[in-house]
Amino acid sequence: MLIINCPYCGARPELEFAYGGQAHIDRPVQPADLNDEDWTGYLYLRENTKGIHAERWRHLHGCARFFNALRDTRTDHFLATYKVGEKAPEVTRP
Amino acid sequence: MSKQFRIKGTGRVDPSRPINFTFDGKSYTGHQGDTLASALLANGVHLVGRSFKYHRPRGILGIGADEPNALVGIRRDAARYTPNLLATQVELYEGLNAVSQNRNPSLEHDRMEVNDKWLSRFIPAGFYYKTFMWPKSAWDKWYEPRIREAAGLGVAPSQPDPDVYTQRYAHCDVLVIGAGPAGLAAAKEAAATGARVILADDRPVMGGSLLAAADTNISGEGEDWYSAGAWRKEVLAFLEKQPNVTLLPRTIAFGYYPHNWIGLCEKLTDHLAVLARGAPRERLWQVRAAQVVIATGAIERPLVFPENDRPGIMLADAARTYLQEYGVAVGQKVAVVTAHDSGYRAAHELKAVGVDIAVIADIRGRSVVSDRAVQAGLNVLTEAKIEGTSGKLRVSSITMTAAGMRSNFACDAVLMAGGFTPSVHLFSQSRGKLVWDNKLQAYLPGDSAEAERSAGASRGRFALAEALADGVDAGREAAQAAGFTPGTPAFHPQVTVKHAIGSGGYLGAAPTSADLSKAKAFVDWQNDVTAKDIVLATREGFLSIEHVKRYTTTGMATDQGKLSNINALGIVSEATGRSIPQIGLTTFRTPYTPITFGTLAGHARGMLFDPARVTAINDWAVAQGAAFEDVGNWKRAHYFPKHGEDLHAAVNRECLGVRKSVGIFDASTLGKIEIVGPDAAEFMNRFFVNAWTKLGVGKCRYGVLLREDGFVTDDGVVGRVAKDRFHVTTTTGGAARVLGMMEDYLQTEWGDLKVWLTSTTEQWSVIAVQGPKAREVIAPLIEDLDVSAEAFPHMSIGDGKICGVPLRLMRVSFTGELGFEVNVPSGYGRMVWEAIWERGKAFDMVPYGTETMHVLRAEKGYIIVGQETDGTVTPDDAGLGWAIGKAKPDFVGKRSLQRPALTAPDRKQLVGLISSDGRTVLEEGAQIVDPAAPKVPIGHVTSSYYSAVLGKPIALALVRGGRQRLGESLYVPMPDSVIGVQVAPTVFFDPEGARVNV
Ligand SMILES: [Zn+2]
Repeated sequence: MLIINCPYCGARPELEFAYGGQAHIDRPVQPADLNDEDWTGYLYLRENTKGIHAERWRHLHGCARFFNALRDTRTDHFLATYKVGEKAPEVTRP
Repeated sequence: MSKQFRIKGTGRVDPSRPINFTFDGKSYTGHQGDTLASALLANGVHLVGRSFKYHRPRGILGIGADEPNALVGIRRDAARYTPNLLATQVELYEGLNAVSQNRNPSLEHDRMEVNDKWLSRFIPAGFYYKTFMWPKSAWDKWYEPRIREAAGLGVAPSQPDPDVYTQRYAHCDVLVIGAGPAGLAAAKEAAATGARVILADDRPVMGGSLLAAADTNISGEGEDWYSAGAWRKEVLAFLEKQPNVTLLPRTIAFGYYPHNWIGLCEKLTDHLAVLARGAPRERLWQVRAAQVVIATGAIERPLVFPENDRPGIMLADAARTYLQEYGVAVGQKVAVVTAHDSGYRAAHELKAVGVDIAVIADIRGRSVVSDRAVQAGLNVLTEAKIEGTSGKLRVSSITMTAAGMRSNFACDAVLMAGGFTPSVHLFSQSRGKLVWDNKLQAYLPGDSAEAERSAGASRGRFALAEALADGVDAGREAAQAAGFTPGTPAFHPQVTVKHAIGSGGYLGAAPTSADLSKAKAFVDWQNDVTAKDIVLATREGFLSIEHVKRYTTTGMATDQGKLSNINALGIVSEATGRSIPQIGLTTFRTPYTPITFGTLAGHARGMLFDPARVTAINDWAVAQGAAFEDVGNWKRAHYFPKHGEDLHAAVNRECLGVRKSVGIFDASTLGKIEIVGPDAAEFMNRFFVNAWTKLGVGKCRYGVLLREDGFVTDDGVVGRVAKDRFHVTTTTGGAARVLGMMEDYLQTEWGDLKVWLTSTTEQWSVIAVQGPKAREVIAPLIEDLDVSAEAFPHMSIGDGKICGVPLRLMRVSFTGELGFEVNVPSGYGRMVWEAIWERGKAFDMVPYGTETMHVLRAEKGYIIVGQETDGTVTPDDAGLGWAIGKAKPDFVGKRSLQRPALTAPDRKQLVGLISSDGRTVLEEGAQIVDPAAPKVPIGHVTSSYYSAVLGKPIALALVRGGRQRLGESLYVPMPDSVIGVQVAPTVFFDPEGARVNV
């Protein structure tokens, strides 16, 4: 079980969290303006990163808030967590 | 007989406390402190099992968790029978009742022994894949039961486990795994810094190899020297006194999980003769450690030579340990086969207590160590080839060739010293990188992935002085990494020994003149895999060790190849001419040793396995004799049988009762979310497909929710209770998902909206009263709300009082009848339900369950999300296109509805189906075909019931281009027949909808 550092509550066990998919994918402001291909990209196309992955988590059984995290998919180690709206911090691999 | 194998004055067993036990019904005596294995050996018993495949007689091979042969069942009482325990780990207690496994009728006479004599040449590597491929149907009926019978481990217990298992979480600064010399030293150093230390060891007594160290002295920090035993006692006494140290004997670290989360299993009662009532048998520790020190030692390697599996043939250092720890000589005349100096140590120490050493056969050349043995009067052969052994139920001789001479040596035990394999299992589980060490011929821990370090023999520091120094350093470094400061400079104890462990070792098949393609030279004792099998696998093209493993099953038994994996690698390396690092290494998986399901389950059994959610009305339904069904975690009344009715009879009666007069239904499990705030209506507009701005206060609307990909994901009635307040209902199963989705959009996309979401599912009890008499039943109970047809029409919502308690009333119908949903705070749910029930009696009111609810809604063509929809259904497919707010610029899923695939004309659409014979109830999920092209299914049945009010079966279905097919005849092919159906509108009953508007 991972330890995840909620930016609002601090370090908590993985059991309290829910995964929320890749981070930093903004819903288009006017979806109607997108052509089919771009809309399909928004809906379905995601990274499959081997390495540092920016992803959303939700502290479901805690403060219930969404936040973002940088996780190394090779080791499962969290390198940083940060609030929605913030830019991903610079990290170096451990 | 036992006396001659027990050496007086040696070991830590207590001869003044004899213990009686039985093995296969025969009585024996051991001592307090014995394991089952040491006690059996003290009684001269080596034969303890039959091998997995060939049913060859097998003896005790090792001394610890790596034992592959000595698997036994322990029976305490009728319910307490534990199979597959290792005799080397079972602690003796008065009255212990052990039985051997995989033999019939007895160890001495096993009928399946024919496997060895006659069938073995037909059971080569990969025989499971080669032999049992045809005919396919014979596998279940014929092959598998017979293989299971012949090739078996212990028998599973037949009764539910009566024991209690417990679990706890723990945090520490330094977790030390293994309490041998390195582990003890590490724990002592870490503890001295003030760090919280947990020291876990799988054995009942801590000390590891120190417990068997003979003629060994360790220096203290002053001028003083300690015997190995005294040093061990001193360190343990220190650790026991520290408040920051937790000592866990009988505790195996079985799994290393991410972020330094370690699973430990502590055995609490298996060693006790009398069990305290209710005391837990085992405790699962889930430890989160800032730093971990892995000091798990090394595993001795056997040598692979012909007939190396007879009882009496065992590991050399294990035999030496039986002597030093338990005072047991494993034989009277012992031959030693060695590729490592430790074989000489075993011989010297056994000789010192009077055991006759028949020969030491070293497959290596002459050395200082061999010369010393010769000087000590031992018979030593060097550059020896091991040709074979003899003896039926116990080894009686061994044949060797050295210096061109073939000789046979009579013996009653053969000790194998193939060297030591560092126990890197936990390190590897932590995803650390293993590195091949050419000098040690072993995989050692390389770069760490977690905050851990290995120490001692587990990273190749075999000599005691090295292991102690390594442990000291590891303990200090771990404490420092956890934020503590080691004091005085590190002190590395000095060590003197009479016989050092030395060096050496061998991988693969030992030198022999025998033809290994004919001989049985065992690599994996537990799975009966020989060198021949592995060579055959490489010849058949299996080059990766992962493939060789699966093809031959080497290393796949319950011991996970602890003894065999490295020798298998050596054989593959030699057969393929590739280096060991090129061949790779199989993955080390959790658990390190088998763990009981009880430990993992803990208290989560029976009623505590999964939480049950019940409504306030649940007990009433139970008292009425309702049949229940699980909906998620909810317990829901399925139907209310009367006088022995079955499901169908009860449902027909309930349906007619609602249609004719009135029924009452517990709808409390529906998800409920209150949406509040100045932007509540805007939020609703963006979230649901419907238009909400013009919905008046006091009015309800059927809401449809899409995912962003345009497919229906949930639905429910929404009431506007104030300008800035909506009462949203969801499906029972969708409640949490919908709230999570709302929070997602609100928190991450629509930060501009001032809206607050509150789950109110469990705040409200919801009592649905449905049927022509519904108003007459509830109206007299209600105050402060006019529920007349004029004042409170269909799709109204309003607050008032019922039975004197707060009421939120919705006039909604999932039945097609006049209907109300009475929402009251759930604490009043049962009281209000009973008050309505009392009034309903005058109207023959029926309580109905989820099945009747399903039938009534299907008669009206109302969909159930998840039944009519499957994640690929758009609102239009489901006939819900009318719900979409066409003028809205955007809502979740809107853009996707314009995608070409979602607007294609031949999409599957929801239609009704009527069985042409007027009798057959279709099967839900059945495929539908068009007689014009009967080979391609064009849809499937989503719901199907017998409709009592219509007197015929009805069904809903998704059919390609379905709405263009009204009146068409289609077919539903079933395994034994083809059912003709007619496509019909989805509303079967009261298509005008007159009945809701009364
Ligand atoms: Zn939080």
